[in-house]
This record gives sequence, C-alpha cells and structure tokens, in this order.
Amino acid sequence: MPAVQETVDRVKSIGVDQYKYGFETKIEVEKAPKGLDESTVRFISAKKNEPEWMLEWRLEAFRRWKTMQEPLWARVRFNPIDYQDLYYFAAPKNAPGPKSLEEVDPQILETYKKLGISLHEQEILAGVSEENRAYSKVAVDAVFDSVSVVTTFKEELKKAGVLFMSISEAIREHPDLVRKYLGSVVPITDNFFATLNSAVFSDGSFVYVPKGVRCPMELSTYFRINEKQTGQFERTLIIADEGAYVSYLEGCTAPSRDENQLHAAVVELVALDNAEIKYSTVQNWYPGDAKGKGGVYNFVTKRGDCRGNGSKISWTQVETGSAITWKYPSCILRGDNSQGEFYSIAISNGHQQVDSGTKMIHLGKNTSSRIISKGIAAGVSQNTYRGQVSAHRKASNARNFTNCDSLLIGDKCGAHTTPYIEAKNSSAVFEHEATTSKISDEMLFYCRQRGLSAEEAVALVVNGFVKDVLQHLPMEFAVEAQKLIAISLEGSVG
Amino acid sequence: MNAEVKMMRTAAETQYSDALSALPAPEPIRALREKALRLFAEKGLPHRRVEEWKYTDLRVLLREMAPLAGKPDARAIAEANKNDVLSDIGAREITFVNGAFAAELSKLKGLEQGLRISTLADALKSDPTLPQLLAGLNPSKYDAVFALNTAALNEGVVIDIAPGAQIAKPIHIRHIVTGTSPVSVFGRAVVKVGKKAQATIVQSHAGPDAVAYQTNTILQLSVADDAELDIVRVQAEGDKAIHLSMTIAAAGAKSRFRSFALTTGAAVSRHTVPFAFAGKDIRALISGATLLRGKQHTDMTLEVDHAQPGGESRELFKTVLDDESRGVFQGLIVVRPDAQKTDGRMMSAALLLGESAEMDNKPELEIFADDVQCAHGATTGALDDDLLFYLRARGIPKKEAESLLIQSFFGEAIETIENQKIRDAVMSRASAWLAARAVK
Repeated sequence: MPAVQETVDRVKSIGVDQYKYGFETKIEVEKAPKGLDESTVRFISAKKNEPEWMLEWRLEAFRRWKTMQEPLWARVRFNPIDYQDLYYFAAPKNAPGPKSLEEVDPQILETYKKLGISLHEQEILAGVSEENRAYSKVAVDAVFDSVSVVTTFKEELKKAGVLFMSISEAIREHPDLVRKYLGSVVPITDNFFATLNSAVFSDGSFVYVPKGVRCPMELSTYFRINEKQTGQFERTLIIADEGAYVSYLEGCTAPSRDENQLHAAVVELVALDNAEIKYSTVQNWYPGDAKGKGGVYNFVTKRGDCRGNGSKISWTQVETGSAITWKYPSCILRGDNSQGEFYSIAISNGHQQVDSGTKMIHLGKNTSSRIISKGIAAGVSQNTYRGQVSAHRKASNARNFTNCDSLLIGDKCGAHTTPYIEAKNSSAVFEHEATTSKISDEMLFYCRQRGLSAEEAVALVVNGFVKDVLQHLPMEFAVEAQKLIAISLEGSVG
Repeated sequence: MNAEVKMMRTAAETQYSDALSALPAPEPIRALREKALRLFAEKGLPHRRVEEWKYTDLRVLLREMAPLAGKPDARAIAEANKNDVLSDIGAREITFVNGAFAAELSKLKGLEQGLRISTLADALKSDPTLPQLLAGLNPSKYDAVFALNTAALNEGVVIDIAPGAQIAKPIHIRHIVTGTSPVSVFGRAVVKVGKKAQATIVQSHAGPDAVAYQTNTILQLSVADDAELDIVRVQAEGDKAIHLSMTIAAAGAKSRFRSFALTTGAAVSRHTVPFAFAGKDIRALISGATLLRGKQHTDMTLEVDHAQPGGESRELFKTVLDDESRGVFQGLIVVRPDAQKTDGRMMSAALLLGESAEMDNKPELEIFADDVQCAHGATTGALDDDLLFYLRARGIPKKEAESLLIQSFFGEAIETIENQKIRDAVMSRASAWLAARAVK
C-alpha cells in the first residue's frame, strides 16, 4: 500500500526518522571515572553527602552484585554489556539545588521545553499567578541526568504534609523513613539489575503521603538520559501511609546516540492499610535507528507491596521506546482484601525487543488482581508478555483476571505470551485468556470503504485495541500516549 | 538468575548411567544408545531451573533408580493376564509385561491387510531407516526422558500401516508392570501411518499399587499425508509409581489427528507431547482429562509446533485435583514464520476440590507469523457454590451433586473421543474414580 503524500509529510514533520527527542544538551557535567569498583560506589556516596549507613548499604549491594550473573531467560538478544565501560555518575555541575526556577540554568529549562514539560513551568516562569493558571497543578520532580535539579510545588505539598523530594535529599532529611522502607520491597539481593542499582543508584524520587492524606495533585517525574555513556540508575520510593492516596506519573525521553545505553531503575511502592497508589508510566526512550543500531536498554525492576489491609496498587504503562525492554511491574498482595492492577500497552516497531509483563503474588485473604495487557508488534520487532499470577496456600478467595492480547502488523515480527498461573489454594479463582491475531481484513475493508486511508484505518483499529488500557491513564498522559502510539506505528503499514 | 551451575550428580543419575551402559547394545542402534548415554551423563536429570521442567523437578522426585526389570516369569504373565484396563473395547492387543513383549498375551493373529506389527528387534533387521526414526525428531533439543529411553532401547513394537489401509479395529498397546518389588521399565512403540491410511491406537499403562516402580515409555507417531489417526491413552499406573512418557508426533499434509489422554495413576507422572505440523492444512485435536487425589503429581506438557501454513489445532485439557494433589499443565503453541493462516486454540481448565490442591498452568504462545488466529485460556477454581446449591435444593445429596458437576466438567474432554466403545470405556473408568471419591 503506497503511503499518502500527506501522511509522509506528517510523519516527517513529527520526525520519526530522526527521533524527536534526539538532541543533546551541552552542559558541563561532573562525572565519576569510567568503570565500576568499590571506589566508584564510595565516590557516588561521597558526592551525595550520604550518611555512613547508606554507604554500607551500597557496598553490601555491590559485593553481592559481583557474585551475580546477568539473567538470560528473557526473550531479548543483545551484545554483552561491558559494565566497566560505563560512567556511573554524572551530575550537572552548576545546579547545586536552586531555590526557584529563575536560578536554573536556562539550557536546562530549554531542554524541558523541548520535552514538553513546559505547561506549568512556563506559566510559573512567566509569573502567571496561581489563580490564573490554565492547567491543573502537576508537581514535577525533574531528574536531569542523575541529580534532581529542581522540585516545584514543594510548598503546597508541604501544606498537605506530603513529602516529595529527590531520594538523596530524603536520605539526608528523612533517614528514618528511608531506612525503614528502602529495599523492603526490592531487596538488594533481588536480581542482577536491581542489585546493581542498589550499589550505584544516582538519584530518583521519594514520596511519602502521611496517614489519611489524599495527595492534592498528581506527582510527576520526567526522566531524561543525557551525557554520553552514562548509565542511568534511578531509584524511586513511594510510601502511602494508612488511608492515603497518591497518583504518580513518570515519563521518559532520551537523546539519540549510537552506543546502547543502560538504564536499570528500581521503583518501590509501599501501600499501608487502605492506602492506594496509582503509578503511570509513558516510556519513550530512543529505540535505536532504522537498522536497529543504538537505543536504550531498559532493565527495570518495579514492584509494589500492598502491605496493609484493603490497600491497592495500580500500574499503568505505555511502552513505546527503548531498544530492549525488560520490565515487570509487580504487586505483592500481602494485606487482606488488597488489590493489584496492571494495565499495559507495549508497542514494538523496527528492531525493538520487548519482554514485559507483571507478577501478582497473592498472599493475603480475599485479594484480587487484574491484568490487561495489549502488545502490538510491527516491523521486525519481538514483543513478549511474561507474567505470573500465584496464590499462596493461605491466600483464600484470591481472584485474578488476566487478558493479554497481541496484535501483529507485518509478517516479520513476533508476538509471544508466557504466563505462569500457580494456584496453591482451592478457593482461588484464576481466569486467563490470551489471543494473538492480525488486524482483520474485514475491519480494514470496512474503514477504507468509508474513506479512511490505510494508515488511518490501522490507527483507528489500534486505538480501539488499546482503549481498555488508555482509559486508565491520567488525563495528562492519555493525550500524550495516544500521540505516541500513532508515532510509534507510523511506517508500519504499506 | 539462571546461571549454569555445574551440579553434583545425584545417586539416581549415577545409577542410570551405570545400569544402562551395562546393557548389551545390538549393532544397528549401538551408536544411538551410546550418544544418548553420553548426553545423559552430560546433562543429567532435569530440575526446576530447566524451564520445561520448572514444576516437575526430577532431581528431587526421582531420588533413586529402581533396578532394571528382568524377563517376566510365568507368575508375572499370569498376574498381567488379570489386567482389565480397556479390555472390553474389542481391540487387537499388544502386551508388554515389565517392559518385555509377551506374545502369549498379545492378539496378533489374522492381521488386516496393510497392517504389519513387529517387535522392535525384528523391525530393526528389516528396516534400515528405523534407527534414524528412533533417534527422535528434534535432535537439537535435549530431554532426559527421551535420552534415558533411547539409552535403554531394547524392547518395543513397530506398527506399520500401509498407504490407503483402513484399520477399523483399534490396536491396543498395553504396558503392564507386575510384582511386589520396585523395578525400572522402558518401552518404545513406533506407529507409521501411510498415505490416506486410517487407524486407531490405544495405549494403556497399569501396575500394582504400593510398589514404587518406574516406567519410561515413548510412543512415536509418523503420520503421512492425508492419513487419519486416533490416539487414546489411559495412564492407570499404581499409586506409588513414577511414570515418565512422551508421545512424539509428526503429521503430514492434510492429515487428521485426534488424541485423548486419561490420567488417574502414578505418584509422579510427566507426559510430554511434542507435536510437529510438518505439512500444510493439518487438523489436530489434542485433549485430556486428569483426575488426581492424595499427593499425586501430574505434569502434562504440550509443544504444538506449526511449521507449515493452514494448520488448525485444538487443545482441551481438564484437570480435577482432590486432596493435596498437584496438577501441572504447560502448553506451548509455536507458529513459525511460514505457518500463515494457522488457527490454534488451547484451553486448560482446573477444578480444585482439595483445599491444599495446587494447579500450575503455563499456556504459552510463540508467534512469528502475522496472518494467524491463536488463543489460549486457562482457568482455575473450585466447584461453583451456586450450582451446588441449585442441585441440593432439588434434593440431590451433596456428594452426588458434586459428582454430577465434576463429571460434566471432565466429560467435555472425554467426549472428543471418536470411537464410541472406547469413549464409553474411558468414561466408565473416570466414573469409577468419581465413585471412589463419593464413598470416601
């Protein structure tokens, strides 16, 4: 099918062939020397003025990491990573933590602008008074390379009692909370990449929502990998105390470059009695060029612990970027009557490889979980759903519903489903269904008969296919996600 | 982490290597056996780190190898003669007692035209291509059960159905174990169905309760173009037995294949079905019912490999788990790049009756072609209280109401058996299992 000239122009204007966010900001950066040994870990810890216990924690993780081997079970293929050929720390030099946005390096602000963070910050920058602001309030803890350079809305959050800051700040200011919860969901011994992260994590976000508080706004972090050959090791810790509620948004972009970049983040969520955490991600890192060269390696460990009775954790993700995605946001349903949810759209095009899914571990009584996963494979990509649902012996009345659908566009790609469903309790009710198909010719014919072009028809069908997940995204993200899906699939028809 | 850790050899592994290498190896299959032994020595028994054996750790479940069974004496033959598993289906019977072919318990007279049945030893003398077939279908893949069976290759049967032959009478291969002391038994059966031929093969396994014997049997099926084959398998081993088995099938273009397996026996059992769609437009239906109680452990593993276009596969498995039993279902549908227009559907449903029963489902899809329709479903749950209440409100006692619901659950799978006599016989065996449960 020949692409309509108009579409071609539109695709060009979006810049699929030259990744939209593929620019590089030149800012002086302070780096740790290349390579990884104990002194690197000490360097990072010292740079961040960490207390002794934190250094010990990192060193313990590092020693453990040296004894571990890379996991190979995922359906992804890549050249071996030389962990000694990476920089493990890079901090923008002239950003020691400004009090207001005016103090921030204008080049950084320009970066944010290109990233599209602008809405609220632009208004703030322009001095728009609070009551005149057109957009809903979203607090942004922006991570620029590794150090949080700016945290907005802090005051307002403070009024509500919500702590929202960089993790390095939290380590200094709230050591008790951090010590209590850090590593309690993803222990330092968890897996190769999580352990590496524990040893060298650079920065990340920390959120604590106190008892009974409903966080007044959606919290958000924009990640951005800058500076050549810098592994990015984010560490996020979110704690919702009894009866609290928080919604957290995470979005990512990265500059275009040749060498593969390693990203090994860890996200830990803790929900106490009757608390609820909603975690949404739009992941749009550089997927590599048309030949499959370059692109981000995204090896992420995300896990939520429904520690309290009646707690709820909900993961929503839209994965369109990265050369390789290895990511399984999970829920440990420890508290009685707790709930876990996982909504995912994973799109792979070109040479991308996605191996993603979730784990729902039912431990408490009357726990329920729901998994909706939509995988779309195009080009020569491989898209795998890998998930586990298990009910412990004591998890009476555990309930799970899983639906994973895959859509294939083109005859060179692959879509795979590998679920593990383990019921150790007779009162557990687990339902799982999975389908794989292509967009039916009837549907396309129907759309085209009504005057839609081939690409428009595909976009329409795909949007319908992922609708179940999209509606679980917060408003701010839903629009961006829809745009991303369209961009990700451009060029896949024809 | 799945680091390759060099593991210590277990007692069973050493015993297997020693016992099987001491066996006399006749010429045509010597190389085959030596290779299998070498592979086993290298890779050993599978454990939970081996993905295909994740839920059935043979290193743990198979601590010791029972001594190899000797030739059955008159007493063993007499005992085996009492076996009545599917004895009333009017089939032609081929019987193995403790792994050895028992001519006196087999009905080989008056073979239909186009049907040839020979012992493995005889077949090897006349068919130079047989060793290659016995070597398996996918030599790149290591499976310990296959390696051990090949290393012990000695007794077996080869059934040859000539092109165009329509064999109406079912052919029943019986594997019977006798005696009161644990033995290890191996067996291999090969069925070759010629072009446009048609046949029904029944395979049954039985043995004494309270004896920890070990069986390892492989059924190899080679189905030519346009042929039609029905397989019914009944695994009714004794309650302490360890049963390892495979049904390896390769089907040709436009062939029709139906397979059903009833599993009620053995303390530990694993049945692997690698099924290759080697030609175009094949229709296959693979189904099974598994009924377990006590601490039984059964692992059913399917690998349906669509390599050619236009194939259609249906898989339906029902597992009923009472007491503390554990059921495992692993079903993989592979659609290779050339297998466009494939239609694959797999369903595994489990009913948990015992409070401590466990079901592990792993239905997998591996799709490399785009113009396909593939789906799988997996459910796990207990009996529906509403349905039970409905029946009880109509005066049906609890146990009877449960039996009705359970029967309707596994009945769906049994109904896929084409031959009515066999279907009735299988259903009555399954009902007997239910009846035993009801008086408990």
